[in-house]
Amino acid sequence: MPPLSAVAFLALAALTLGSAGIVAFSKNIIHSTLALLGTFMGIAGLYITLSADFLAATQILVYVGGTLTLILFAVMLTSRIEDMKVSNPQTGIPVAFGLTTVVLLVLGKVATGTAWPSEAKAAVPSTAKLGHAFLGEFLLPFEVGSVVLLAAMIGAVVLARRAVKRTWEKE
Amino acid sequence: MEIGLIEYLSVSAVLFGLGLFTVMTRKNAVGILLGVELILNAAALNFVAFNHFIAGGVSGQVFTVFIIVLAASEAAIALAIVLQVYRNYRSIMADRMTALKN
Repeated sequence: MPPLSAVAFLALAALTLGSAGIVAFSKNIIHSTLALLGTFMGIAGLYITLSADFLAATQILVYVGGTLTLILFAVMLTSRIEDMKVSNPQTGIPVAFGLTTVVLLVLGKVATGTAWPSEAKAAVPSTAKLGHAFLGEFLLPFEVGSVVLLAAMIGAVVLARRAVKRTWEKE
Repeated sequence: MEIGLIEYLSVSAVLFGLGLFTVMTRKNAVGILLGVELILNAAALNFVAFNHFIAGGVSGQVFTVFIIVLAASEAAIALAIVLQVYRNYRSIMADRMTALKN
């Protein structure tokens, strides 16, 4: 009987990669988008096993609650329901397959050629340390990050709004 | 079976490969965006794994928080652009957006 942590890791990895496979190969954009939910959940679980509990909560809140909902809205607003069946066509599969294989081979060679520490480490909570890091060492990047978010929000609103014709433009 | 760093790196590498494949094969602009999200998640997972097994501390997690912040703003901007493209072309297939060709 393998230890519980190994079972949890294998289940989360299977959830992550299985959903990512659906994202990559499904012919229906709705299925792809909803499968991304499984990937985000699996990654959040992997974060917990890596002692990043705050990141796991953030992953669920931001990705599942924000980004995924946004993407689903975009899909619904840009695809007609009747041609939803093959709404996600693929092209250039052989080239992409070849390049992906090459990239994976290089990554695998680097990963197996380096001597990593292989012993497992216990997961410990790290939220308090992360909070201290953000309000101490990383305060400036943290504030810059909030400015980036504000700029992105305003930019998205400006880009996505329907241009309103003013009365003097109609004449 | 002991779960070390290399197992997490393998998951992250396969996730990156699937994301790369998605970005390269999809015609639907939203599909391409899904692939970008997969790639960003793979990179973030790598940061957290290295932080846990090698670096210690929380610097890797700080990086991942910034990855999440940038991914959220990127998704908002990209989807606004996709909506505008749909308004102009009545389609979001990437091979139909050829106004700048020639």
